[in-house]
Amino acid sequence: MSFFAQFDLSVIGPSLPFIWTGLLFTVKLTVIAMTGGIILGTLLALARLSPITPLAMAATWYVNLMRSIPLLMVILWFFLIIPLLTGKPMGAENSAIITFTLFEAAYYSEIMRAGIQSVPRGQVWAGQAIGMTYAQTMGHIILPQAFRNMLPVLLTQTIILFQDTSLVYAIGAKDLLKAAEIAGKNYNRPVEMYVFVAFVYFVICFALSRLVKHLQSRIAIIR
Amino acid sequence: MIEINNVSKWYGQFQVLTDCSTQITKGDVVVVCGPSGSGKSTLIKCVNGLEAFQQGNIVVNGTSVGDPKTNLPKLRSRVGMVFQHFELFPHMSITENLVIGQTKVLGRSKEEAQERGLKLLDRVGLKSQADKFPGQLSGGQQQRVAIARALAMDPICMLFDEPTSALDPEMINEVLDVMVELANEGMTMMVVTHEMGFARKVADRVIFMDHGHIVEDATKEEFFGTPRSERAQQFLSKILSH
Repeated sequence: MSFFAQFDLSVIGPSLPFIWTGLLFTVKLTVIAMTGGIILGTLLALARLSPITPLAMAATWYVNLMRSIPLLMVILWFFLIIPLLTGKPMGAENSAIITFTLFEAAYYSEIMRAGIQSVPRGQVWAGQAIGMTYAQTMGHIILPQAFRNMLPVLLTQTIILFQDTSLVYAIGAKDLLKAAEIAGKNYNRPVEMYVFVAFVYFVICFALSRLVKHLQSRIAIIR
Repeated sequence: MIEINNVSKWYGQFQVLTDCSTQITKGDVVVVCGPSGSGKSTLIKCVNGLEAFQQGNIVVNGTSVGDPKTNLPKLRSRVGMVFQHFELFPHMSITENLVIGQTKVLGRSKEEAQERGLKLLDRVGLKSQADKFPGQLSGGQQQRVAIARALAMDPICMLFDEPTSALDPEMINEVLDVMVELANEGMTMMVVTHEMGFARKVADRVIFMDHGHIVEDATKEEFFGTPRSERAQQFLSKILSH
């Protein structure tokens, strides 16, 4: 009997509602970590570029630290350490959301830093020359341009983030991968489930990367 | 209006400005010229505090620029500045460029700011371009918008940092015309430029800088007649010979 003759895709249909809940968590985790990561990352980037040395050094340390530790270790450490510090356990889902936001912030901050530096110095002068404060110049002039310049890179990082969320499997958070694993065990058909879930990851990531390509041509500022 | 007293500035070990002093009274047009790297642009950026200086003081309309207690954004909102590379905000339409300072800094209503902005846009001859983006305009047009943007803040004086250096020759005049008109209306202006025709036409005084020093500070007639310093004579002969 050949390999594919044993392939039983009929188990996928009944598992779909269950896998759907996993996908929802994966998407939720991605969206929150992206939003939080970009906001926190932008603040980190501003801190790194700030003339206040202690602030810049603290931000640099944070970014370098996060980027030097494997994500899986950060996920495990956070999950294990927080209950020790606070005395009460934190759910795997919440732990994953906080860890990813903190971790991704380091990567988004490097993208935003490059974005801020891509805006000519004269734009800061122009904002200041009409009387804008530092916050106004950043908020109205520099960050909107930095964000637009970096949008394709930010989205590419988000695609990586989306794939990396599968690592929460390690702490038992019920994401897309975990849901597929459970469903696979229920029907004793793990291979079919892993193939199906790989297909789901592929479709979503491929669609997102097409979107990035499309945006690249559309959003660029006319110069 | 603008007093510059014994200003010195260093970039690390390198001294860019040495003991610069001059003053500009209300209504005066002062042209600053000199070879590149002589510190002209640095000096004019010190006037509204875009560049910090280490020694001396600059007083604009009674406010000391170098004083840490000075509210620089407030002071800058009253001092218009025009840059070599225009520095319009590329992600905003022309109208938005004219409005943002008025609403965010001066607290004007959007309607009021738009009306004022469009009036000034009309004045520089670009009313039809209101909805375009900076990237769709020529250099000369962008610089005229930049002048309108500065004027929209109702400045007490205007600083021009090489406003025509980045322009194609045929666009220089459309910008200079706007500046001449402004000068004739009595605007106090400090202009870093090599356009000696402009200086001849409207300047009250000409300042010549070299290696961070103010070498010559004379009335227009004196400067173009008999510059006292040899360096200024050399510079003039090079710049006026063609």
